[in-house]
Amino acid sequence: MALNSKVPHGPLKDKWTDYKNQINLVNPANKRHIDVIVVGTGLAGGSAAATLAELGYNVKSFAYQDSPRRAHSIAAQGGINAAKNYQGDGDSTYRLFYDTVKGGDYRSREANVYRLAEVSANIIDQCVAQGVPFARDYGGLLDNRSFGGVLVSRTFYAKGQTGQQLLLGAYSAMNRQIARGKIEMFNRHEMLDVVVVDGKARGIIARNLVTGEIERHSAHAVVIASGGYGNVYFLSTNAMGSNVTAGWKVHKKGAYFANPCYTQIHPTCIPRSGDYQSKLTLMSESLRNDGRIWVPKNLEDVKAIREGKLKPTDLTEEQRDYYLERRYPAFGNLVPRDVASRAAKERCDAGFGVNATGEAVYLDFAASFERYGSEQAKIQNISNPSPEKIKQLGQEIVRAKYGNLFQMYEKIVDENPYETPMMIYPAVHYTMGGVWVDYNLMTTIPGCYAIGEANFSDHGANRLGASALMQGLADGYFVLPYTIGDYLSDDIRTGKISTDTPEFDAAEKEVSERINLLINNKGTHSVDYYHKKLGKIMWDKCGMSRNKEGLEEAIEEISALREDFWKNVLVPGTANEYNEQLAKAGRVADFLELGELFAKDALVREESAGGHFREEYQTEDGEAKRMKEFQFVSAWEYKGEPKNAVLHKEDLAYENIEVKERSYK
Amino acid sequence: MGILSTSIGRKVAMALSAFFLMFFLLQHLTINVLSVFSPEIFNEVSHFMGTNPLVQFVLQPVLIFAVVFHFIMGFILELRNKKANGKSYAKNNGAANSTWMSRNMIWSGVTILAFIALHFIDFWFPEINTKFIQGDWTGVIEGQEGFRYHEELVHKFTNPVRVGAYIVAFVFLGLHLAHGFTSAFQSMGGNAGRKKIFQNIGKAYSIIIPLGFIFIALYHHLNH
Amino acid sequence: MNLTLKIWRQLDASDKGKMVDYKVTEISEHMSFLEMMDVLNEQLIASGKEPVAFDHDCREGICGMCSMYINGEAHGPDRGVTTCQLHMRMFKDGDTITIEPFRAAAFPVIKDLVVDRSAFDRIQHSGGYISVNTSGNTQDANSTLISKTAADKAMDAATCIGCGACVATCKNSSAMLFVGAKVSQYALLPQGQVEATDRVMNMVHQMDLEGFGNCTNTGACEIECPKGISLENIARMNREFLKASVKG
Repeated sequence: MALNSKVPHGPLKDKWTDYKNQINLVNPANKRHIDVIVVGTGLAGGSAAATLAELGYNVKSFAYQDSPRRAHSIAAQGGINAAKNYQGDGDSTYRLFYDTVKGGDYRSREANVYRLAEVSANIIDQCVAQGVPFARDYGGLLDNRSFGGVLVSRTFYAKGQTGQQLLLGAYSAMNRQIARGKIEMFNRHEMLDVVVVDGKARGIIARNLVTGEIERHSAHAVVIASGGYGNVYFLSTNAMGSNVTAGWKVHKKGAYFANPCYTQIHPTCIPRSGDYQSKLTLMSESLRNDGRIWVPKNLEDVKAIREGKLKPTDLTEEQRDYYLERRYPAFGNLVPRDVASRAAKERCDAGFGVNATGEAVYLDFAASFERYGSEQAKIQNISNPSPEKIKQLGQEIVRAKYGNLFQMYEKIVDENPYETPMMIYPAVHYTMGGVWVDYNLMTTIPGCYAIGEANFSDHGANRLGASALMQGLADGYFVLPYTIGDYLSDDIRTGKISTDTPEFDAAEKEVSERINLLINNKGTHSVDYYHKKLGKIMWDKCGMSRNKEGLEEAIEEISALREDFWKNVLVPGTANEYNEQLAKAGRVADFLELGELFAKDALVREESAGGHFREEYQTEDGEAKRMKEFQFVSAWEYKGEPKNAVLHKEDLAYENIEVKERSYK
Repeated sequence: MGILSTSIGRKVAMALSAFFLMFFLLQHLTINVLSVFSPEIFNEVSHFMGTNPLVQFVLQPVLIFAVVFHFIMGFILELRNKKANGKSYAKNNGAANSTWMSRNMIWSGVTILAFIALHFIDFWFPEINTKFIQGDWTGVIEGQEGFRYHEELVHKFTNPVRVGAYIVAFVFLGLHLAHGFTSAFQSMGGNAGRKKIFQNIGKAYSIIIPLGFIFIALYHHLNH
Repeated sequence: MNLTLKIWRQLDASDKGKMVDYKVTEISEHMSFLEMMDVLNEQLIASGKEPVAFDHDCREGICGMCSMYINGEAHGPDRGVTTCQLHMRMFKDGDTITIEPFRAAAFPVIKDLVVDRSAFDRIQHSGGYISVNTSGNTQDANSTLISKTAADKAMDAATCIGCGACVATCKNSSAMLFVGAKVSQYALLPQGQVEATDRVMNMVHQMDLEGFGNCTNTGACEIECPKGISLENIARMNREFLKASVKG
């Protein structure tokens, strides 16, 4: 099947408006005869479910958590971008569009990104109307902060819990519709397959995670909003339950999977402390504004520090290697996320990691204490302040800016970051790749849509800070509710979809057989054993930098691991009860397939772009080298084994923006 | 009465009756303290309170109602809360997050209830008997001069067992008030209960009131 | 360190359940409490036993899913943290740790340490929202000024993660801190005023229907709340309720 992105014709800035004026609508009286399934209740799924229900569709929402409010969008800290230009600093729809395309290393679709920038302002209006308590200034107007290395202040925030507040806003909109009976909510349910009837998505098979019951749910359209697949690495900043299952199941039923290798690895996370580690915690990237990143210059010092014989504060300036400042004098510690992450890995691979696992670098605030402290001493007219006084004054300023982060660090690591440098290390935290969708956000299965992080669309090869929340809500509140109507307008006479059909029988049988296989296997290794092994392959060979040899090995190793998994996995308990191990086993089984496609995609993409860095394709200075001939979206068609997947290319044209080189020297 | 079927409505009713009872305690103590300083003034005021129609026929029934209401509502709430509580913990460390007083209002309350029964037998029933059954509204003992109130009061505190029981009850009253005073403000939706000054007033109140009554009981016991 | 765990085991909602003792060894003080539970579960799986079921998801203290009653306190002995943020350095080698599910009649046990908190959702359905439809032309976000103080206080109330520690801790299993926080968030903002009367009446009504107990102002919820939601929110709800009752 040839890919058709269905981007409307016409000038970029009119595309969406003109398109909305022309697409088919569904009469309000007919909407109540149409059912829509939404899988996932994060920012994208929650906002979509609420809006579709407001419009009059009958929505069935599914979440694996015990409440829609717990979806992992809730953990986003920093903020949400919107081209409001409230600060009068020159922001505009075009500028947000430009920053997003450039930030994505010219690997995203122009028309989608422009539309995203266009509706971004509406998101803020909508959320404020819902009662989201965004931060305000003393005049009562909304406050903004600047974020992610762009030149304007366009990020709206609610303390360090913006994702939480936006999600609770979407959840409240859902609550209103649940109360009206327009959303039927299925908590603690997991989608295990999509049902395709006559080529159209017509329902799903879901498992009730409490009773283990396999259920059939029909609808006229199915929306996948199940988030990203960062947990393929085992360790990530994702929630423990975050998974690729919904996206992977639709892929196996005909939806193309796009750019799986585009993963964002965030440079400032709290390092792993041991093999028992179950997940990683992010520290806002804003810390790099005031912290200097370094490792010791000499390996002897590294050894002494690891053995506890030496404290980092004992090292003189000459004994430290501020490697970002050394390599990137122009941007220093403020290089983009992918560059900072790779540089940390480079030092640690060379043996300079400063903690017991060898995977940590220092983020040091001593210089900031001194700088702010001296400034404060001047402001407060303190003559000849002692170094202690300066430090104390400086710490007060830093505390006001990042106090909650310092406190969180101390809770987790049990070291006082005011007295000793923080330790940080990169961690997986967002996946730009996902299910391929056209301009309507429809996958290659008619009637099956993918929104939010689950789709591949707007961030190209790298996502800018504070843009994930924007995309999730744009898709759910303002894009999908229009585009889905165009499709559903053909369904006004279809009537209720029966679940008593051969297609549902077959799908349910397939799901049940797979569950029975897992339960009855009674092997020797736990699910986590395999998940950790997969994570290690992914991290070592498909992580911050990749090469041909490693990727080829990864494909073989993952394939072998998957085979071993199906032979030797041990899932305790039964299928007809609350069984977390069983749910996890299903998810890991899908990761074991996705991981292989991931490696294959990375192997095929012979260039470096954004989050995808191929060692063979770098400049003399070790920077990412983009290749003109790879200016396309890789959309993979499922053909049995992941390694047999067929590549389809969607060429990317840039008509409104000049494709340039990124440099941070 | 619809509001009394809601959880918050019940709490507000508890708080309102508590406010009335706390005010009552204050005036009761004030009058009783007079018995220490001047039997004459004490007698005068007691007679006024005992015979004034407003006090007797309006305030007294309101007081009785408030007492009965506060107790019955307290028991209803306790029962409902027990039901809401479901199965109890194998290990529960209540002391980690709350005061003993706040967790045991029902027990301090029950102790006070027992005390009130004793108190009624001691004072209130004889009063009602004298006034309403025998119809004697003079406030004097037959064939004697002056009012009987001080005399009766002093007489009651000769028995050390009774004095002991009173003291125990007053200690529990203090514990009850220590939580109840600020709690009532909170239930009424006021912020006052969380302000330092009100917390201090609450502390002072919950110490002074019981201590005052204890002082009076001991004073009369030891002096006669 | 080596520990003895006393854990509530219950097959399903209908099972009676009981406390069972387990030993875990070689626990690092840097582990989070849930990572310690992971170690136990791997141990149980390896020895052919059923792992302990417990709720958890984000493991960074924001989703509100984790819910253990540890040594007699919701989310354990540390303050301002959820169970997933509690670290083993709070315990000593040789300790015995009692682990129970959040208990309340309105939170029935599903399995082991997993409880059903859907009562919270139903309270939110009854009024935890502002009735505004999604459209591209809602009024501009800056058209209504909101004082920084009100916005900040609303934010403080809105930080509730809905974990249910308040209910679990309350000797009466009262949900008033949870409901008070939501009522407060909207009561403090101009957007919430239109529906204020109905909201507080409906939410309190639903809270009562769900079988939560009454607030006796012990303040335990505020202390155990991982997000430090203030008791002030209960007072504000009481006030809003009285106001609404008077209006009728």
